[in-house]
Amino acid sequence: MSSEHAVFTKEMKKTHTILIPTMLPVHFSLISAILRAKGYRVELLDADASRVADVGLRHVHNDTCYPAILVAGQFLDALEQGRFDADSTALMLFQTGGGCRASNYIPLLRKALAGAGLGQVPVISFSPAGVEKQPGFTLSLPMLYRMLFGVIYGDLLELLSRQCRPYELQAGDTQRLLDDWTRRLSQELGTGAFPRLSLVRQTCRAIVRDFSKIPRSRRDKPRVGIVGEIFVKYSPLGNNHLESFLLREGAEVAIPGLLDFFLYCTYNDIVDRHLYGTKPFKSCRNAVAVSFLCARQRELIELIGQESDFTPPTPFAHVRKLADGVIGLGAKMGEGWLLAAEMLELAESGVRNIICAQPFGCLPNHICGKGMMQPIKQRIPDLNIVAIDYDASATRINQENRIKLMLARAMQA
Amino acid sequence: MLDCVLSIQNSTPLVGIDLGSTTAKLVLVEQGRVTWCRYERHLSKVREAVLLLLEQLKGRLGERPFRAALSGSAGLGLSQQAGLPFVQEVFATGRAVSELAPDTDVVIELGGEDAKVLFLTGGADQRMNGTCAGGTGAFIDQMATLLGVTVEQLDRLSLSHRQLYPIASRCGVFAKSDIQPLLNQGASKEDLAASIYQAVVNQTITGLAQGRPISGRVMFLGGPLYYCRGLRERFVQTLGLSPQDAIFPEYSRFAVAIGAALCAQGERELFTCDTLTKLLQEAAGTAETPRLAPLFDSREEYDEFCARHARACLPRAAQDYRGDAYLGIDCGSTTTKLALLTPQGELLYSDYQSNHGSPIEVVRGQLEDIYRTFGDRVRICGSAATGYGEQLIRDAFHVGCGLVETMAHLLSAQFFCPEVDFILDIGGQDIKCFTIRDGAIDGISLNEACSSGCGSFLETFATSMGLSVADFAREGLFARAPVDLGSRCTVFMNSSVKQAQKEGASLADISAGLSISVVKNALYKVIRAGSPPVLGRHVVAQGGTFFNDAVLRAFERELGQPVLRPDVAGLMGAVGAALYALRHPCDTLLDAQALGGFSYQSASTQCKGCANRCALTVIRFADGRRSISGNRCERALGQASSQPLPNLYAFKRERLLRLKPQEGRRGVIGIPLALGAWELAPLWHALFSQLGFSVVLSAPSTRATYEKGQSSIPSDTVCYPAKLMHGHIEELLEQKPDFIFCPCLTYNFEEKGSDNHYNCPVVAYYPELLHGNMPHLRQTTFLYPYLNLNSRHQLAKELRAMFARCGISLPGALMHRAVKRGFEAYRAFQEELAREGEKALSFARETGRRVMILAGRPYHADPEISHGIDELAASLGFVVVSEDSVFHLAPPQPVAVLNQWTYHARLYRAAAFAAATPGVELVQLVSFGCGIDAITTDEVRSIVTAGGKIYTGIKIDEITNLGAVRIRLRSLLAALEERGEPHVQ
Repeated sequence: MSSEHAVFTKEMKKTHTILIPTMLPVHFSLISAILRAKGYRVELLDADASRVADVGLRHVHNDTCYPAILVAGQFLDALEQGRFDADSTALMLFQTGGGCRASNYIPLLRKALAGAGLGQVPVISFSPAGVEKQPGFTLSLPMLYRMLFGVIYGDLLELLSRQCRPYELQAGDTQRLLDDWTRRLSQELGTGAFPRLSLVRQTCRAIVRDFSKIPRSRRDKPRVGIVGEIFVKYSPLGNNHLESFLLREGAEVAIPGLLDFFLYCTYNDIVDRHLYGTKPFKSCRNAVAVSFLCARQRELIELIGQESDFTPPTPFAHVRKLADGVIGLGAKMGEGWLLAAEMLELAESGVRNIICAQPFGCLPNHICGKGMMQPIKQRIPDLNIVAIDYDASATRINQENRIKLMLARAMQA
Repeated sequence: MLDCVLSIQNSTPLVGIDLGSTTAKLVLVEQGRVTWCRYERHLSKVREAVLLLLEQLKGRLGERPFRAALSGSAGLGLSQQAGLPFVQEVFATGRAVSELAPDTDVVIELGGEDAKVLFLTGGADQRMNGTCAGGTGAFIDQMATLLGVTVEQLDRLSLSHRQLYPIASRCGVFAKSDIQPLLNQGASKEDLAASIYQAVVNQTITGLAQGRPISGRVMFLGGPLYYCRGLRERFVQTLGLSPQDAIFPEYSRFAVAIGAALCAQGERELFTCDTLTKLLQEAAGTAETPRLAPLFDSREEYDEFCARHARACLPRAAQDYRGDAYLGIDCGSTTTKLALLTPQGELLYSDYQSNHGSPIEVVRGQLEDIYRTFGDRVRICGSAATGYGEQLIRDAFHVGCGLVETMAHLLSAQFFCPEVDFILDIGGQDIKCFTIRDGAIDGISLNEACSSGCGSFLETFATSMGLSVADFAREGLFARAPVDLGSRCTVFMNSSVKQAQKEGASLADISAGLSISVVKNALYKVIRAGSPPVLGRHVVAQGGTFFNDAVLRAFERELGQPVLRPDVAGLMGAVGAALYALRHPCDTLLDAQALGGFSYQSASTQCKGCANRCALTVIRFADGRRSISGNRCERALGQASSQPLPNLYAFKRERLLRLKPQEGRRGVIGIPLALGAWELAPLWHALFSQLGFSVVLSAPSTRATYEKGQSSIPSDTVCYPAKLMHGHIEELLEQKPDFIFCPCLTYNFEEKGSDNHYNCPVVAYYPELLHGNMPHLRQTTFLYPYLNLNSRHQLAKELRAMFARCGISLPGALMHRAVKRGFEAYRAFQEELAREGEKALSFARETGRRVMILAGRPYHADPEISHGIDELAASLGFVVVSEDSVFHLAPPQPVAVLNQWTYHARLYRAAAFAAATPGVELVQLVSFGCGIDAITTDEVRSIVTAGGKIYTGIKIDEITNLGAVRIRLRSLLAALEERGEPHVQ
């Protein structure tokens, strides 16, 4: 990267509002609370899909992946509509890096900004892996540590809500509790005491207990899992509000947590060392991180079992083993081997209906998503998988009709 | 009435309503029998159609209560709005078939826009086409329109076919580009009709069955299979079914509705015809499709607009004009245009008509008409031809000169507006844009492999609404709230329009919306203009589509500036040719008398000049001259220069073909010559040979290679080079090797100066997909280890481990020697490439020729991927070099994006070399579906244009329409000449 672009300076921390496109509402609220507590002025963006896509299509090469078009569209729409002043606004994007073209979202966004005459707007890469540095924005270790728990809490809240919402006897109970905890945790993570492990355990226990108290009917709805490219998998903007559609259709939704994706990214450096003999520093550092996170995940699984009858997440070590014989752990672009492993993991935990969501023409998903369906079905013949492509011009009716077919089979089973 | 007995005994009547994309179907089931059914086309007025059916049903059922369920793609929205039970149509089909014919193994159902395959036995599975409507009823309709026949005629024609042509079935848009040249070459409509059906069959089998065999008792359902006998015949023959195993039930069209009725039995709710009618009437459609601002705010605004454009008119010559005249003929792929001008540039005569598959006949007729009309009054002192059929028309009628169509368009635009700096031409199938600097063409963009957003697209819609294009367009002028339809493929657009219709958008709003989408497609997809779009100060809009005032207005609105539309917008190519003839007079054109004796014969043959075996059409004229078309290079014309020009693509192919298997005591290793192997074959060949294996490479691809592997491709949107991989594996397996080696390579070679050195995800991990989707691979040992090319030590370690897993233990020292050999061979290959590249450059310098860097990836050298574009360029006089033979001549490039793929980093360096070197041009080959090229094309363009060069990008896919590519390359050549660009110095 050598082209010149606007830099987020230290002074801008005080003067600029940082816009972040929402991907996972709960997680992103918690993370932005942590950023706010550190003095950053953060604003989460939500917007209407069709207009955003239209703005994006004008500024980004139309053959680029749909998430890039949406994200650029979301930012430019916010700036062009005058909701934010271009001279005191910065943009922040999450970046993992890697061989997928998605690592080019930030350069593409900068090009789009320059093209729209908004070259002065700095773009900040939010990347624990440190893809690029900005003087005014640093991710300190304590901040990262807090954010990790933001992810763990976010995953837990989403997991429990998804298992309560379809069965709640009093409509709105689940959402109320979810909002309440999101608020409390934002405060706790942002300005509260340092998240000691004992404190975290205590909080998690309280969350599980609270959710298990929601009065619910018998858990008898067909369960539908969503896997796929990270943006369209999680973001309602990207997947035409897939989760609420499935809920309305009478399904219980299961989506593997964001922690798994982090573990996958972190673990890949260890695989690299093993496969390619890369230098040991990263892999040793990451091995420490993986074992720390896996320990937290194990505690959480145990705790859910003690306190409730909710289905806990699957331990990462086991998810990894599931890929064995289906896809190599070296496949690490996009969602890579994790995508195949998650389909198998869902199947194993009793979710027999799976939607694999991807942007139209997603490169890694040719292999890791669509390319793995056949071998996975060979292993589990009655698995009900459907691949859905998302794109600026794919119509909702077409997508919903295909999902309905999957649901009809699910309801029959 | 339908004779089907169901196993249920229902006392309450059941009603199943199936609302598909084009038709509405209703069945009534009483006492376990279908007692009443109706089938109607709904012309997108879904609700009205259902209400009508219900009215008829009332005549039969009266006030009796019944249970009901809706099904079908159009039924989904309606059932949601009215709160009615809904059954997904594939599910309904499954239900009906298991009830009516439980011994069925497979069901194939084709609908208006959907295609489905249901496997009922041996692991039930139900499959539906993705977002692409290729190979469905809509596709057949589209193709019938293209052939100018009705669907019924198409069916009749197909029954008397004699041969089948390969036609891309993935998409109507692709199929068109296959059929058009066949039509122009005189293929019979009978054969084409059957080939179209065959394409549908292939699409169903490959796209939906994806390798799972279709056998046993097969049932065929849906409208197209009910009506088209030819289609049935093709299915039965292709699947090799015996008559008793191919079932075409009488209830074919009603299966979904019957299934819905059966499912309705589980519903609690009871309806009467009246309550159901009421629910449907009250169901409010929620408007989802966004709306846009109207094209004209007032009538006055429209009048001003008309008055302004009326000024741009070509003067007409007096009725009784006597004197000299100049003729221009623009023979396009679908239409032929003629213009006759006086020396003052006044229009004497013009014509615009469809080719009807025979441009020669059209031109002959027009010439006769001209001679008849003007007699001795007018003498034609010069003539010029342009367009796809330029050579043919020149040969046939002794036309004085020829010019590439882009030049013709430039000449005519300059005639109207000398300072023009941007031309947008939207024709029937093409969109062309030229930027002009200092009076010469500076950049050309064309739509490729996709005719979305062109004139024919508006025409198709107009026809489907039962209107002429002109009337359809007029409807949209004063639309109050045009629908926003996005800007993509026709097929996507179809479903957007349908959705808008369901939401109750008016014809006017849809017409205006379509016009706007045509413009947006051209601006944002083809031209890639920014926002707001800045094209130039003097923009000329031309091509037949701009006669449509709505399109013209939408263009001005989107640009925010007035543009100039000549009153001969549809004839600009012909006018330009006539202007050219005026400057280059030459009276060779056949005169009235010679025209009287004009006749010709056409024959098809195969060129034997090289391995491409081009299918040629040879036309012999009465005077002994002949014209040949269908050729990729000039060999067919017997004009091959004695010494062929350097062509690095040819060199690479020959070089890799020299890698022959040697005797090996350890067994045979097969390597598919596809994707990364085009770069690494020398390395693996030397390495494994040294280890004592016999190394077999698969042969370069042909169309047959693709077809062999087609059925195991799980993702139909992946790039063509990856799809070919399946065929290469099949071909290798035929040779029964002990191993097939195809490594996973996350990282490519580190070549310094870029941000990283990845392979793209497809090149990196395709072997994983092959392993999972090609069960045949179990016949051999498939080796697909993850390898590191940048560490010899690690590579040796992993390869030893790989062989150890197969029970072959290799000494470490031997492996290290082999790896060393491998790298030596690879380096030798790369050095040879670089040397040849430099040799080609100095050859060009010495002989004063132009150089073309045909830039893509190493695997673009595969003849089936580049479709002979390298040879075409050579035949036009270019010395052809590849990106990997010249990138070492420029330093690593700073680019505005993450420069993290090795192959693409080479592309940027090659572009910088072209930008800095006089006489060297760059043409980028872009594979359709290559996600990474969506990023690189803009970068390469900016590097090349920063050096003052013309950027040319060519999209390639499985189709082989070289006509368009030839025009691109000739335009480039013409623009270079016009600009006085020097040759290599």
